Amino acid sequence: MAAVNPAIHQDTHDIHDHKPHGFLHRWLFTTNHKDIGTLYLVFSLAMFFVGGAFAMVIRAELFQPGMQLVQPEFFNEMTSMHGLVMIFGAIMPAFVGLANWMLPMMIGAPDMALPRMNNWSFWILPFAFLMLFSTMFMPGGGPQGGWTMYPPLALQGGMNVAFSIFSIHMMGISSIMGAINIIATILNMRAPGMDLLRMPVFVWSWLITAFLLIAVLPVLAGAVTMLLTDKYFGTSFFNAAGGGDPVMYQHIFWFFGHPEVYIMILPAFGIVSEVIPTFSRKPLFGYQAMVYALACIAFLSFIVWAHHMFTVGMPLGGNLFFMYGTMLIAIPTGVKIFNWVTTMWGGSLTFETPMLFACAFVILFSIGGFSGVSLALVPADFQYHDTFFVVAHFHYVLVTGAAFAIMAAVYYWLPKWSGHMYSEKWGKVHFWSSAISVNLLFFPQHFLGLAGMPRRIADYNVAFAEFNMISSIGGFWFGLTQIIFVGVIVHCVFFSRVRATGQVWEGSHGLEWTLPSPAPYHSFSEPPVITAGMLAHGDVSR
Amino acid sequence: MANPQPWDWNMPKGVSGISQRVYDLHMLGFYVCLGIGAVVFTIMFIAMFRFRKSRGAVAETWAHSTRLETVWTIIPILLLMMLAWPATRLLIDMNDVGDADLTVKVTGFQWRWHYDYVEYEKANTGVAFISSLAAESNRVRQLGSGLDPHSVKDEDYASYLLDVDNPLVLPVGVKIRFVITADDVNHAWWVPTLGWKQDAIPGIVNDAWTQIDEPGTYRGQCAELCGRDHAFMPIVIRALPKAEFEQWLASRKAGAASTAALVTGPGHRG
Repeated sequence: MAAVNPAIHQDTHDIHDHKPHGFLHRWLFTTNHKDIGTLYLVFSLAMFFVGGAFAMVIRAELFQPGMQLVQPEFFNEMTSMHGLVMIFGAIMPAFVGLANWMLPMMIGAPDMALPRMNNWSFWILPFAFLMLFSTMFMPGGGPQGGWTMYPPLALQGGMNVAFSIFSIHMMGISSIMGAINIIATILNMRAPGMDLLRMPVFVWSWLITAFLLIAVLPVLAGAVTMLLTDKYFGTSFFNAAGGGDPVMYQHIFWFFGHPEVYIMILPAFGIVSEVIPTFSRKPLFGYQAMVYALACIAFLSFIVWAHHMFTVGMPLGGNLFFMYGTMLIAIPTGVKIFNWVTTMWGGSLTFETPMLFACAFVILFSIGGFSGVSLALVPADFQYHDTFFVVAHFHYVLVTGAAFAIMAAVYYWLPKWSGHMYSEKWGKVHFWSSAISVNLLFFPQHFLGLAGMPRRIADYNVAFAEFNMISSIGGFWFGLTQIIFVGVIVHCVFFSRVRATGQVWEGSHGLEWTLPSPAPYHSFSEPPVITAGMLAHGDVSR
Repeated sequence: MANPQPWDWNMPKGVSGISQRVYDLHMLGFYVCLGIGAVVFTIMFIAMFRFRKSRGAVAETWAHSTRLETVWTIIPILLLMMLAWPATRLLIDMNDVGDADLTVKVTGFQWRWHYDYVEYEKANTGVAFISSLAAESNRVRQLGSGLDPHSVKDEDYASYLLDVDNPLVLPVGVKIRFVITADDVNHAWWVPTLGWKQDAIPGIVNDAWTQIDEPGTYRGQCAELCGRDHAFMPIVIRALPKAEFEQWLASRKAGAASTAALVTGPGHRG
């Protein structure tokens, strides 16, 4: 029987280091962590452009006061879809893609612990997003109640309510499976000598993030399922007329939503903690403090959710509790910022593209953190809440924070993936053009919010015209700049003739750099023997 | 100026004692962040220039200092306490809605506001009306209207989308309590010059208060996404000296009996 079992035949085939034959066979049925990592990264890049196109519609309509291009309901559709696509389609899959590619190589494992589930967790995603996008062509259009889907407004939608909720269920299942896989891999498949407190910080950040995902995505699934039954099965979880409570949805949603914010930033912290020591040629300052700060931020993320809803009318004690809790987050986050700066102090610095993005991350993420401290102050938040000040805040932490870290990671590891060096000149053009335009795009939005412009409005008073125009120009510029990013990647993968060495960067440390470039299709089939100095910046004994 | 002007880049100080204190807290937070930013970014830029490999910098190998890490854990704690103290005091004061002389019930609808002067100096007033986007703004804001938003004026102010047919008339120097709710979906009632916003949620009655110090016209709008015309449900307060307000209230009361059916509208519960 065994002789004719095709699965066994396939297994012996893989051991000989051959890739599967044929395009479909290779990509659709792959269980290889590198292939799946590539799929995730390509998918998230595509979604980055789709979500970006939605943002371009928003900035074009807001270019001038008056309605010029789209109806307000379509504008609301764009803001809702932009949020959903960027969060669930661009940022999260990009981090999962990086985890798939890098975690096994960083801990000396041959693959992810659960490779078939890995395939499934990726291939759910394209179908989930096809379903989400299909709502835009249905009667009544796509979701228009914002990515947060607050009832009762979200329940006023048409067919899109069911379809978008099912697509969120699918995205959630995909993420939970990805998180299970990552935890199983990190806890079970480390090479001998790779103790927990010697792991690279990127691995630590993903271990903690994966626990956050498992904890909160079921909560989101529950919240949207209650929306579904309220809409179609006559329940009244959130319907005041039936004895329900619209504010309860917000509590449940943000119990997911706040840890979700850290799901999108902790892996970014991990990336920056790899990149800065490499280009400073100096070990990461305060490795243990960095790991404990990650854990501390993750814990705090569970007890601060209601700072997204200070204006719903919570009792005084509730508002105070969530204000103090939120302010506490500044302390571990500050430790991280100070430690990155101190890592650079006394180093031997060079500024290749990954380092440029990492340095911009430290500065611009801090600015997003500063507005975050202001937002924590409840009386001031009564003014800031639901204005463009908040829009500026979370785009500083998610675009110049999470997205810049992803770009740093792509430039940092691309030579390891492709075996070729990217064009440093065009990488730097991409960086500088992004860094300037993104500030032109988001900095004036602080002013708009403070001056009195609410978020999610399709049209505005003429007093807000000037800064909106500046912001829109920055937006178009930033959007176009990302075409350079694609150009650099395509050039590096398919056309670059400059071979990358195994170590790639002069200051790089860690198991992934002991492999040749490009990394072979199967790596660490035998666990590596770890010798002194071989471990990454997480090696405290060094 | 109280209402948004071109190139405005900061929060208005507003026209009440509370709004002034909100502004002061906002500026305190800003200066604390500015101070931290100045120190951290200066150190970072010095490092970026001084420790460049191209300038011959050789990397050191130290990677830990318990003393330093303790210092930069404690300093932020002290700074945060400096912010938390005035924030807590202000929040307690903003929460104290007792002893108001005027109570106005605000109800959010898609996409207009209903105002009900529930009680003034312990007496029921019976005055209530609906406030919607002014007709001229509504004409200009239609897609492809070809009309210039700059042309919409209320007195001298370029009031596009910040003007209404029936403004909310309020007295100066009187403690006013608002009870805020909604009839269909969530809205939020926000006039920046009062220093706060409050969500209007169906099935829930929130409250908030203000005491306006200066007569004038103060503009705001709905601040919680409420569907198609979320951008088009402004709020305008006309703050009058107490005597003029009482005059206005009396004239509305006299007219109220005859027009009650019209102004309260269908579906209003009372």
